[in-house]
Amino acid sequence: MVDKVPIEELEEAMYNIVKEYSGKKKFKPGDLTKEMIAQFGEDRVTKKECKDALKELIDSGRLVYGYYGGTSVELPHVEGAAKDI
Amino acid sequence: MKGRKDIAWKGVRKQRIDQWGHIKPIENDFLLNPLLLDIRGSGIERKEYYMADEIKKRKTPLLDELEEGPWPSFVTDLKKMAEKKPKANDLLGQLELSYKEKKGHWKHGGLVGVAGYGGGVIGRYSDSSELFPNVKAFHTCRVNQTSGWFYTTEALRELCDIWDKHGSGLTNVHGSTGDFVFLGADTDALEPCFSDLTKAGWDLGGSGSDMRTPSCCNGPARCEFACYDTLDMTYDITMTYQDELHRPAFVYKWKFKMAGCPNDCVASIARSDLAVIGTWRDNIRIDQSAVKEYLDKGLNITSDVIMKCPKQCISLDRNELRINNEDCVKCMHCLNVMPKALRPGKDKGATILIGGKAPIMEGALLSSVLVPFMKIEKPYTEFKDLIERIWEFWDEHGVSRERIGECIQRVGMGNFVEAIGLEPLPEMVSSPRDNPYIFYEEYLEEGEEEEE
Repeated sequence: MVDKVPIEELEEAMYNIVKEYSGKKKFKPGDLTKEMIAQFGEDRVTKKECKDALKELIDSGRLVYGYYGGTSVELPHVEGAAKDI
Repeated sequence: MKGRKDIAWKGVRKQRIDQWGHIKPIENDFLLNPLLLDIRGSGIERKEYYMADEIKKRKTPLLDELEEGPWPSFVTDLKKMAEKKPKANDLLGQLELSYKEKKGHWKHGGLVGVAGYGGGVIGRYSDSSELFPNVKAFHTCRVNQTSGWFYTTEALRELCDIWDKHGSGLTNVHGSTGDFVFLGADTDALEPCFSDLTKAGWDLGGSGSDMRTPSCCNGPARCEFACYDTLDMTYDITMTYQDELHRPAFVYKWKFKMAGCPNDCVASIARSDLAVIGTWRDNIRIDQSAVKEYLDKGLNITSDVIMKCPKQCISLDRNELRINNEDCVKCMHCLNVMPKALRPGKDKGATILIGGKAPIMEGALLSSVLVPFMKIEKPYTEFKDLIERIWEFWDEHGVSRERIGECIQRVGMGNFVEAIGLEPLPEMVSSPRDNPYIFYEEYLEEGEEEEE
């Protein structure tokens, strides 16, 4: 029987990937799920677990939803449009 | 504003020096004629500032023209609100500027929202906040509307009181998504507004790549043609898919619309990714005495009903109306003309259609039939199973900003139908008898393919 990935580890992995690619690539929630499954293997994480991990990250405020055409998951920051020109 | 020392700074913004000598922007300062200012260029023509305790009306010659004519004008409403709300007043000013310069002055925000939710708030900022400080942030909140848009006056007052307290007071009832839309909030006002809404039992709707707030027609509440309870189904879907509504996880937006009958008063066939259109599969009910009544009152059934039937499946035999129900395509024309005489059958349900959308990334699409007939009854298990299979497919195969209709066009309806476990049916094809791309394998003789 394979070891399931604890949700805390999943959260950390999701957070790290968003942080690593911050400013370079926008991850949609579905992209993050696919990344996690690729990283840990389909037998160790499920889509539902990825969804729960993302929910925790959003609810804790470590990551936020952003919308630029489509919805992505980002590190919290002051958005460009909010700044004075 | 007595006792304040005012200075003009490059004509951009009015400021004051406070008692400690710090330069502070003055809130609620109003430019009497902002259109004469060129704020970003060097050619500042005029620096006529006006400050007062009362809000001074802006000059809006271009917008005033929109008040002419017999129609109600949003400009009139804006002006009314501008008398008490600085945000509305600055909105008028910015809009006038947009009309003058023929360009918009909004910047699209993407991050603002309320904690935990990825939808429901659409960020807007002014790119001319120097001129219009009260609309520097002017976010939109979508409030999940009631099913069928039924409100008590008490509920409407409650919503308006909350919005008067936290925002511009301007609303859009209802937005094209169906939500009760609050227009114009500061970033800091979003959480308190959301808190007041939830305390009163309201919630935000959808925005972004999520399930948008499901909407429906009046259904059985006011319409005798309703073939299922659109109101209940909409509420049920909304409550079942709260995560999908508030936590965007799709590749792009997803819209449900429930129409009670083929009249499709909510235009679900054109404006939703998944349309649930009420229908029936037995015979149209005919009340021959009511038919006679229509004839007695002078209705020309031959020209107004029979000749307009797209399938020519109606006839009048000695004042008795006959319908060949096998050929009927449920266009609703005869029922609409003679509602007292004709009723939908008793075996009611809905047709499920998929792929409708308005043009944004690609052109507009009308929905295609996915399930010709489905019983729509609580707890809607068959429907929800279908939806989840479709979402699974879309999640796996959809690309960024691709609606389900576009995804189906890309992969092919046949592949899509097979992937979600449905049997292909002639009803899925427009004009199946004439379509050269559709083959009925069971009609092919053995070896016929090889010979070709």
